Amino acid sequence: MNINLTLFGQLVSFGVFVWFTLKYVWTPMMGALEERRNGIADSLSAAEKGKHDEVLARQHAKEILMEAKNQASEIKAQGEKRASEIVDEAKEEARAEGERLLTAARAEIDQEVNRVREQLRERVATLAVAGAEKILQREIDAAAHKGVVDSVANQI
Amino acid sequence: MAGDTLTSSEYIKHHLTNLTFGQHADGSWGIAHSAAEAAQMGFWAIHLDTMFWSLLLGGLFLYFFKKAADTVTTGVPGGLQNFCEWIIEFIDESVRGSFTSKNVLVAPLALTIFIWIFLMNLMDLVPVDVIPLIAGWFGIHFMKVVPTTDPNATFGMAIGVFGLMLFYSIKVKGFKGFMGELTFMPFTSGNPVVQAIFIPINFLLEFVSLIAKPVSLALRLFGNMYAGEMIFILIAIMYNAGVILGLFGGVLQLGWAIFHILIITLQAFIFMTLAIVYMDMAHNEH
Repeated sequence: MNINLTLFGQLVSFGVFVWFTLKYVWTPMMGALEERRNGIADSLSAAEKGKHDEVLARQHAKEILMEAKNQASEIKAQGEKRASEIVDEAKEEARAEGERLLTAARAEIDQEVNRVREQLRERVATLAVAGAEKILQREIDAAAHKGVVDSVANQI
Repeated sequence: MAGDTLTSSEYIKHHLTNLTFGQHADGSWGIAHSAAEAAQMGFWAIHLDTMFWSLLLGGLFLYFFKKAADTVTTGVPGGLQNFCEWIIEFIDESVRGSFTSKNVLVAPLALTIFIWIFLMNLMDLVPVDVIPLIAGWFGIHFMKVVPTTDPNATFGMAIGVFGLMLFYSIKVKGFKGFMGELTFMPFTSGNPVVQAIFIPINFLLEFVSLIAKPVSLALRLFGNMYAGEMIFILIAIMYNAGVILGLFGGVLQLGWAIFHILIITLQAFIFMTLAIVYMDMAHNEH
């Protein structure tokens, strides 16, 4: 157990080693560890934020979907309403048109009936006169008995 | 193995002698050829084997850690970086646990102490005769491969730690604060006369406890490793005492080596932890 110059040799080596470790080993290694730690922390918080965003987005999507559904049903209701309106209008129009046609037809029929009746009356008058002429021969003066014949014809 | 011409005590003595370079009795410089010659060289001699192995191991440690630090990446670390990070985080945790002040030097100090001592202690697991045998082929007669069994190495480190303790004590508390710590504690008194009597008593107590720190650091490590080495040497002697004792010795060596792994790590850890604690005490008033 000799204490000698080796003591100083070891002391100096120790000092150099510690200095070297501080400068070239510890500082860069701890720097890297620190950086990685920060990186991981950032990633974790980013992931957390992403998750939060996703929840928000999901909620937002749900809202949009709900709104769309509401709009769709509203549009559908409007459409249905409009359709029934159109049907009603069409019905109304059809009824009016039918009535108009009916009226026109009736008027025409009336006209025709009147015309026919007039013709018939004239024919009957002529026929009656002719008949009467034949039956009475000379006794009948067409001009004198025209009033009688016309009243007969009018009764038809 | 013990040489045929050596007795057991010579064998032991041979193993416990450092390769010493110094001044011979006749005034010339050279390597000591015997333990007596080495002892006679006095203080101005140097243990080449201690220096060589400690520098080699320290260099190895720094080489690998520097390599890891140079290629350090914040992404996925490779094998070497992973290993270094594991150790560094372990040291960092120890330092955070025991050291309450702020000083960037303490953690690298702890890392250096832990790894360096561990590697030097690890040399103890190399069978005691292997390296001296190889050295013998090159004409080197003495070779103590475990630097921590040389008190010069342990005291060198302990004095280094002690120097840092004194430096930071004075830096943090000022010279007056430091001296106050040495002289006004543990006994204090409101009476100035009584206090004056207490001062030398306090100084004696505190000074002893201050000096005891590096001495205990150095001697604990040295004692443990020296004793361990000694047992390995004694076991190695059994190899020359017949087949049965030799086999028994082999079993013993294996057992002791396995147990020694614990001691090696533990001593490195204790030295480191105490150094951290002492540095913490240097930074704090107590």
